[in-house]
Amino acid sequence: MGVLLIGVYVFVLSMFVGFEIITKIPPTLHTPLMSGANAISGITLVGSLYAAQRGEVTVSSVLGCLAIAFATVNVVGGFLVTDRMLKMFRKDKRK
Amino acid sequence: MTDFIQGVLVPILYLLSAVLFIFGLKGLTRVGTARRGNTMAAGAMLIAIIGTLLDLGFVDYRWIVAGLVVGGAIGAIAAVRVEMTSMPEMVALFNGCGGIASALVAISVLWLDVVEKPEVAGTVASNLGGPAAFTTFLSILIGTLTFSGSLVAFLKLNGTLPGRPIMLPGRHALNLLLLVGSIAAGIAMAFFAVDLGTIELLCLGISGASLALGVLLVIPIGGADMPVVISLLNSYSGLAAAATGFVLNNNLLIISGALVGASGLILTQIMCKAMNRTLLNVLVGGFGVDEGTAVATGEYGVVRSAGAEEAALILEAAESVIFVPGYGLAVAQAQHTVKELADRLTKHGASVKYAIHPVAGRMPGHMNVLLAEADVPYEQLVEMDVINPEFKSTDVVIIVGANDVVNPAAEKSPGSPIYGMPVLEVWNAASTLMIKRSLSPGFAGIKNELFEYPNNMMVFGDAKQILQELNTELKDLLGA
Repeated sequence: MGVLLIGVYVFVLSMFVGFEIITKIPPTLHTPLMSGANAISGITLVGSLYAAQRGEVTVSSVLGCLAIAFATVNVVGGFLVTDRMLKMFRKDKRK
Repeated sequence: MTDFIQGVLVPILYLLSAVLFIFGLKGLTRVGTARRGNTMAAGAMLIAIIGTLLDLGFVDYRWIVAGLVVGGAIGAIAAVRVEMTSMPEMVALFNGCGGIASALVAISVLWLDVVEKPEVAGTVASNLGGPAAFTTFLSILIGTLTFSGSLVAFLKLNGTLPGRPIMLPGRHALNLLLLVGSIAAGIAMAFFAVDLGTIELLCLGISGASLALGVLLVIPIGGADMPVVISLLNSYSGLAAAATGFVLNNNLLIISGALVGASGLILTQIMCKAMNRTLLNVLVGGFGVDEGTAVATGEYGVVRSAGAEEAALILEAAESVIFVPGYGLAVAQAQHTVKELADRLTKHGASVKYAIHPVAGRMPGHMNVLLAEADVPYEQLVEMDVINPEFKSTDVVIIVGANDVVNPAAEKSPGSPIYGMPVLEVWNAASTLMIKRSLSPGFAGIKNELFEYPNNMMVFGDAKQILQELNTELKDLLGA
C-alpha cells in the first residue's frame, strides 16, 4: 500500500471519528468547540517546524518562520481563549 | 539512537498526540468535562511539538524560536484581551492564521525541496512525488482561501466592511474562472513545469488567485449568515492542515486536520438547518438584502404595546418565565441586566429559563457563552427542541433582541420566505413580551406575525434601558 493510500485511509477514518464525536457535542458548547477545534488545526505548526529548521536566510526558512508564528497564534490563542470560556460555564450555585 | 528516536519514539509520540486530540474532543461533549478536554488537546499539541523537535534532532533553532515567541505572545495577548461579544471575530482571525500557516508550510517545502535545492532537475512531482506535489497545490489553495475569506469575515463582523451582501456583477463567472485557473496552474506546477522560474510564477499565481477567491466567496454573504461562514472556514482550516499532512507524509497532521474538518462541516450543517437554508444557497449569497423592509413596516394591524410598568405587573403574576435572547441583547450589552431580572424573578418564586435558538448569536453557541459570562448557570440555557414543548405551560416569555426566530410565519404561513425554518414557539405561552425599538423587521426582512397576536405585548425601547426599568418596577412591586 502506497504512502498516499495510507494517508487517504487515515484521513477518511479520522473524518468518521470526528463526525461521531462532534455530533454528540451539545449546542451550549459549540463556541468552545469551534475555538478548540481551531486550536487543533494549528497542528500545522508541526509542519512549519520542519520548514524552518535551517538557519540561513532563505525563502523557505523565512516562510517557515512566518508559518510558525501564524500557527502558534492559532494554537496558543485558541487553547487559552477556549479555557477562558469554559471557565465561565458553571452550575447553578443554589443546588 | 537517532534511528530509535525517528523510527520508534516519534511515531509513538504522534500516535499518543492523535489519541489525546480525540479524547480532548470527546471531553468537550459534556460541560463537566469540557475544560479537561481542552487541556488534554493542548497537551496533545505539546507532545506533538516535542515529538517534532526530537525528530528534527539538533538543528538551527533561530527561526523556530523567533516564530514561537512572536506567535505565542500575540496569541496569548489576544486570548486574554478579547471580549466575549467579539469571539466570532477572534475565531475568524485564528482560522485565518491556521489557514495561512498551512499554505506557508506548503510553499516553504516547495522552495526547500525544489527551488532552493542545488542541481535540481525535473518536475515538482519527480522531486517530491506525485501525491505530495499535488497536495502542495491543494494546501496553498485551501490555506490562502481560508486566510483571505476569514479576513473578510472578520472585517464584516467588526463592522469595518458593511454586513450587507456586496454583490459584484459577474462574480459567479469570475469565481469559476479563478477556481478552474488555479486548478490548471496547480496541475501545471506539480506535474509539468520543469523550469524553476515557471514553478515560482505558478506558485505565486495560485496564491494570488486563491486570495482573490477567498475574498470573492465571502463578500456577497450577508451578516446574518456569518455563523455558517465561520463554521465553514473552520472546516477549511482543518482541511488545509490535512493537505499539508499529505505534503509532509505526516499522519498526525492528516488526523487532526480531518477532525477539525469534520467538526466544521457538522457545525455548518447545523447552522444551515437552523436557518432553513441550503449551504449552496448561503454560499451564493445575497440573503439579508433590505428589500423586504418597506413592505414589512406599516403593514401591521392591531399591535398591543405596554410600558415597563404594565409589563412588570404581568411579570409579577408569572410563575414561569422564559427569556428568548437574541444577538440584539449582546449588542445592547444587556446580558447582566437580564440576569439581574432573572434573579429577582427566581427570588420571587418563579421558574426562569432561557430558550436558545441555534443562530441566536454570531457563531454557533455564541449566546450560551455570553450568558455564561453573565453568570447564568448553564442548566438554565435550554436548546430549541427541548424547550419548544414547554412554552404551552409557560406564563410569560420575554423576547430580547430576537425577531425572526420567534416568527410564527415559519410554521403557519406556507407562503412566507422563512416557512419551514425551525423557530421557538413562543406564541404558545400565556403571554409574550417583545422588547424592541420598533416594528422593524429582522435579518429576513419580513413581517413578524407575532406582533399582531392578542397575547403579545410590544415593549418599545432600548433593550438594556427597558430591562433596567423592569428591574426597578419589580423591585417596587416585590420589595428588594
